[in-house]
Amino acid sequence: MNSSQMMALMPILMLSLTAVVLMIQASIKRDQGVAWWITGAGFLLALWGAGYAREFAQPVTILLGVDDWGLFFTTLILAASLVTLILSKDTFSPEGERKEEYYLLLVLSVLGAVILIQSSHMASLLLGMELMGVALYGMIAFPEKGELPLEAAIKYLVLSACASAMLLFGFALIYAATGDLSYGGMGAKAAVAYSQEPLVLMAGSAMILAGLGFKLSVVPFHMWTPDVYQGAPTPVTGFLATVSKGAVFVALTRFFIEGQLYQYSSLIVALSAVAVASMLVGNWLALRQENIKRLLAYSSIAHFGYLLIVLIALSIIDNAGGGQLIGEAITFYLAAYILTTLAAFTVVANLAGEDDSKSMLGAFDGLFWRNPLQASALMVALLSFAGIPLTAGFIGKFYLITVSIQSQLWLLLVALVLGSAIAIYYYLRIIFAMSKTSGATIKTGSRAAIGAQDILAILLLLMVLALGSWPQPFIAFAGGL
Amino acid sequence: MVMVNLILILLLGGVLAMLSERLGVNVPRRVALAVVLVDLGYLLSELAGMPALTQLQAPMPDDPSTWLMHFQAQWIPAFGISIELALDGISLLMVLLTLVLGAIAVSASWTDVIVKRGFFEANLLWTLAGVLGVFMALDLFLFFLFWEVMLIPMYFMIAIWGHENRGYAAMKFFIFTQASGLLMLVATLVLVAVNHSATGQWSFSYFDLLNTPMAEQTAHWLMLGFFIAFVVKLPAFPFHTWLPDAHTQAPTAGSVILAGILLKTGAYGLIRFAVPLFPEAALNFSFTAMALGAAGVVYGAVLAFAQTDFKRLVAYSSVSHMGFVLLGVYAWNELALQGAVMQMVAHGFSTAALFMIAGSLQERLHTRDMREMGGLWQQMPRMGAVAMFFVVASLGLPGLGNFVAEFLVLLGLFQVNPWMTAVAALGLITGAIYSLILMQRSFQGEISATLSSKLEGHGLADFAGREMVTMMVMMVALIGLGLYPQPVLDMAKPVLQSLLELTSAEMTP
Repeated sequence: MNSSQMMALMPILMLSLTAVVLMIQASIKRDQGVAWWITGAGFLLALWGAGYAREFAQPVTILLGVDDWGLFFTTLILAASLVTLILSKDTFSPEGERKEEYYLLLVLSVLGAVILIQSSHMASLLLGMELMGVALYGMIAFPEKGELPLEAAIKYLVLSACASAMLLFGFALIYAATGDLSYGGMGAKAAVAYSQEPLVLMAGSAMILAGLGFKLSVVPFHMWTPDVYQGAPTPVTGFLATVSKGAVFVALTRFFIEGQLYQYSSLIVALSAVAVASMLVGNWLALRQENIKRLLAYSSIAHFGYLLIVLIALSIIDNAGGGQLIGEAITFYLAAYILTTLAAFTVVANLAGEDDSKSMLGAFDGLFWRNPLQASALMVALLSFAGIPLTAGFIGKFYLITVSIQSQLWLLLVALVLGSAIAIYYYLRIIFAMSKTSGATIKTGSRAAIGAQDILAILLLLMVLALGSWPQPFIAFAGGL
Repeated sequence: MVMVNLILILLLGGVLAMLSERLGVNVPRRVALAVVLVDLGYLLSELAGMPALTQLQAPMPDDPSTWLMHFQAQWIPAFGISIELALDGISLLMVLLTLVLGAIAVSASWTDVIVKRGFFEANLLWTLAGVLGVFMALDLFLFFLFWEVMLIPMYFMIAIWGHENRGYAAMKFFIFTQASGLLMLVATLVLVAVNHSATGQWSFSYFDLLNTPMAEQTAHWLMLGFFIAFVVKLPAFPFHTWLPDAHTQAPTAGSVILAGILLKTGAYGLIRFAVPLFPEAALNFSFTAMALGAAGVVYGAVLAFAQTDFKRLVAYSSVSHMGFVLLGVYAWNELALQGAVMQMVAHGFSTAALFMIAGSLQERLHTRDMREMGGLWQQMPRMGAVAMFFVVASLGLPGLGNFVAEFLVLLGLFQVNPWMTAVAALGLITGAIYSLILMQRSFQGEISATLSSKLEGHGLADFAGREMVTMMVMMVALIGLGLYPQPVLDMAKPVLQSLLELTSAEMTP
């Protein structure tokens, strides 16, 4: 490894440094405020590092491949982590309790996500995923006095362990078939292996897809999602929904493309079934949810179902011709999803905090009149999820529909339209609740000063709207990655 | 730029109206009225200097330079999406209707809305802005955007200020239009993809997409996507079920906008997009479409007759009247199309007026149930007379706009399908029945026992100055349309002729 390769790892180095500094700080003087600032500074440094590393983008050893695309998502994920950090400040600052470890876990988890995004080898894939996941167990269970967080953490732990086991077994099978663990090497050798021992290769790939599917919570691996979303502290839920799922999807895309898995029709059929099931089941189960965190959990299941269309389309649109469109579609949709989800969880964290009863739909009655700013942010986020024009989510959906038309995936398109039509209902339910004028909810109460969280909500709201109404700059940018 | 300004004035005016609530609870409605009138004045002043209006040259559908106004600016060049707005005779008619009815809707909300008046007027103005966008957009992406975005303020108008069952009605309205809109989006994108593979260019412009060569099967499916989106909005039988709920539950101004303007976006879409983009498929489908229209005429009328709720009756009568529009469009000859356009304008006024009367009754009696009314003419003679006027307009009395419209549709339709004409003509008879029943139950006869006990000898306030002025405007418009429809026909004629010319080549087998 030479120095220029070192530079390419700048964000990873910065995050590791932050983790070390945090540990040293904890051993000298335990102070939550200081830990918070160190973490924030670390994220900012890593953001800088991600920009700095663009000049040095190159494969670094066989394990990591730093490229523009990965660096863009690194930036996005670091930004999302900053949002999580800001939201965590209120959640994890009860009087006299020591909570610095939470920040350490956060940094480690982000580090895992960044490694995951840049992994080009199954070893780094596992490493990144475990680092991210193990730190997340701690974060989910952090409010140790509640029952729900504990239940959520255990659930996540057990199912993640299953997923990891499947992943490992899949690796082993693929290694047995091809004798290579790097994505590219495996992809090159897979064609030969497929002709000799198709079953081993397919079983291995399917197990890896299933393992990643657990983390993405696509149907039928979605069982944990609503409970964990509900039980975890809200900032952590937001983190899980954006950073963890985003990073896993990027890793999945890399594995899928570089491993050339889109050539195998049996995998494509399986993936199509998963996608259709996710879109329909996710949206269907969201209909009757009364808790907004559970509702968002089911909605995220559906969104990853939509997103899988793009990977399936790879099998039809060959890498040369429509690759540009597919790349743009993944980048745009994932970015729009992460932004929108952050906006939604920012509002939920601000309003509901850790009180589970406050994240019930009833608690949102008349929010427009009590807190117009937060209500508007949530409304825009929900409209973006629903894919209403002028929001980022619409352009994302526009891309998905275009991709599925170009690759003539009519069945998936029908599921997408059907799912979106169902989804309108539950997003509108929240908006309707917020616009209720009846009862005691109308108070033109004292105008509270605008805090950091309001600014965050406005910022995210504006970004969702900007991305939706003026997408050209971002499309050009995404096209260049 | 004029067209962009028209929309911007309404959008910013909405913000202004919302903020102006801080100056006093009654300020927003004045601001809103001023904004709509300024917008209307601005449009008229811009039109005055336009030679094309006096000469009325025929706009070629596929040549933007022959239109009254045309505006294009880059928006998302990666997909060939631009902000493209254009105005021809039909869109101009619709824009004028929108602004006039918009002012009337503000007037209808004058005393009706009690809470959050600023936000209400803002939503009203934003809906108008969205509708103007729909009538002017010629980029299909932009058209879809306005089509969807105008739903949100309308949704709020129903959901926040509606009557007892508003949540259900608002939700149903939104889901019906949004879900059918998704079909249109998919159809649009497929059309663009077909055009892309034929020409190698991404474009959403109407002018580029006309005459896109495509397989018959494809054209049929795409046409259906557009057709469903538009007839849900129109609404045509059997996609009408959202309408009675939405219209009944909406506040008066909301009903006026819904019935007067929003329904017309569906009809406009059929004339502008669904038929010209897929002429052959539309021709093959025309029998089904006309059958749906005729069914709607009769079905709407029969259901209207069965209602006891004043507003619901008027809502079902809309279904019946919009059936004529569907018949007129799919007969696709000049007479029938003229009739359809005429019906769009005349129905806008007559139904808006009836909804306003319903709103005034609800405000005074706190009920819409006609069983609790009766004998209101003695109490409120001015309102009774006005109601009589609009009821006979709605049933198609010769001399008023609706008669001209329905007569033209039937005349044009007869050349295409005499049997369908016979069925549709039943609508004129049934129309007379439900209209007169409406009049009889509410304004004539004995005053009902519940009402007289409620009144306890107090009188009811008759229409006052503001209401009479509003009603007068609509009466004059309907009489004008009925006695001298030529200006409207002239405005629409060149557009319709060139549309017919464009499609005739492909439609003749």
